[in-house]
Amino acid sequence: MQHTPFDLQLLNACAAILLLLSFAMLAQRRIVALVNLLALQGAMLFIATMLLAWRTGQNHLYVSAALTLGLKVIALPWLLHVLIKRLNVQWDSEPLLNVPGTMLIGLVTVVFSFGLAQPIAELASTATRNSLGIAVAVILLAFITMITRRKAMSQVVGFLSMENGLFFGAMSATYGMPMIVEFGVALDVLVAMLVLGVFFFQIREQFDSLDLHNLESLKEDQ
Amino acid sequence: MSAVAWLTQFLEVLAALVLAPLFLGWVNACRAWLQNRRAPSLLLPYHGIRKLFHKDAVIAESASPLFRLAPYVVFGAMVAAAAVIPSMGTGLPFRSAADAIALVGLFAIARVFMSLAAMDIGTAFGTLGARRDMMIGFLAEPALLMVIFVASLLSATTALPLIAERLVIQPLALYPSLAFTAVAFTMVLLAENARIPVDNPATHLELTMIHEAMLLEYSARHLALMEWAAALKLFNYACIGFALFVPWGASIGSTGIGALALSLPALLAKLAVAGLWLALLETVSAKLRVFRAPEFMATAFMFAVLGLLVHLLLGA
Repeated sequence: MQHTPFDLQLLNACAAILLLLSFAMLAQRRIVALVNLLALQGAMLFIATMLLAWRTGQNHLYVSAALTLGLKVIALPWLLHVLIKRLNVQWDSEPLLNVPGTMLIGLVTVVFSFGLAQPIAELASTATRNSLGIAVAVILLAFITMITRRKAMSQVVGFLSMENGLFFGAMSATYGMPMIVEFGVALDVLVAMLVLGVFFFQIREQFDSLDLHNLESLKEDQ
Repeated sequence: MSAVAWLTQFLEVLAALVLAPLFLGWVNACRAWLQNRRAPSLLLPYHGIRKLFHKDAVIAESASPLFRLAPYVVFGAMVAAAAVIPSMGTGLPFRSAADAIALVGLFAIARVFMSLAAMDIGTAFGTLGARRDMMIGFLAEPALLMVIFVASLLSATTALPLIAERLVIQPLALYPSLAFTAVAFTMVLLAENARIPVDNPATHLELTMIHEAMLLEYSARHLALMEWAAALKLFNYACIGFALFVPWGASIGSTGIGALALSLPALLAKLAVAGLWLALLETVSAKLRVFRAPEFMATAFMFAVLGLLVHLLLGA
């Protein structure tokens, strides 16, 4: 086994923890814990970005790290917590498909995404190209998180986690997107969050719950 | 084979036999301290075993010879396992037999005999305990094997002593895969040794018992052997953990008697920390319902496979 430099080892560890957090989100029943996991994922992303910026000396990565810290670690989780409190759904927990089954599906997804990322990673020239597989896995796992949930709140958390995965993928394949794109995405996520927050209240007004199951019926009287 | 190697081997088995009840006592004492209770004596497990050896055995009329044989087989399997785990030194004469997969097999033999013996009498609780134990066993075994495979991939061998050696010889590095598998291994350890999230070793309620329910019909020397074997199993698992994840301190290769002398305090220190850690884990977690146990084991399996995948992708 060849010796990898320590900062790269740390980066790899960050990537591994990101993947682990995605699994934790997949298995989490409680909405408050789910939001905390999302914040933790953002924090991991922030650390990874800082490390990469320091390693490659690319200054624009510091900006995106700051953006990650401000938006994904502080602003969005705070916003979500406020929403949870306002909507009074702190104690909501939703029945999942059985957890071992979901985990196994998740593991298969990870294997699939590692296979998917292998040829792409060989084209990239970055030091972190190996983490691309993990980024794809985080995206797909967030996807599964969204699919298996019925409450609007948890679906939004899954959506945000997917954005984390995309960001990490861009970082590991090309050392981050152009600055303007990154700002655009950050703004999009923030606005989407605000709009969805309004949506939550509307949905609850209409159906007395945040269960998206209710949206499936066309008529009210059934 | 040099004399030192044989001495290591002998001392290792002796240490396992002597230290196992002490380790159990230490875990129980730590648990009592953490729960604000007065701790029982560290030597309590020794007293228990000694007391049981002095009693007359009572055996059910319907018991077959298997019932009498089982404690000796279980105890023997645990002693054999202790002989192949490199707890103090890696230059063992049994080194070529110290294959990790064979080790898992040894544990499986013990489990099968214990379950058969529990079913042999035909009481409801024995059968119930045996079935539950088999359920947990069949979920824990793949996770344990996965843990071992990750360590084997890192060092290209399934022999425990060699795995321990490679890890010490290699330059110190961060292995996310090993960290994941360490978590998985801890979960397997808790489940396999009937510790708290899965089973409560201190319970008196038969309906929630797993391990204890299988021993209900045993008495005197048979029970003593079974309890000693349980302590040995915990000790063995701890030592497998040391060999896989923190092999530093054990004497590496065929070194002299000095390294061997140093390895005993190292082992004791590691055991003390592991016991405290185990007690802490047990104190902060609540016992799961039996039907949640598969979830717990699935999580352990997931951790182990994740470690494997991360190793394959990142090479670390």
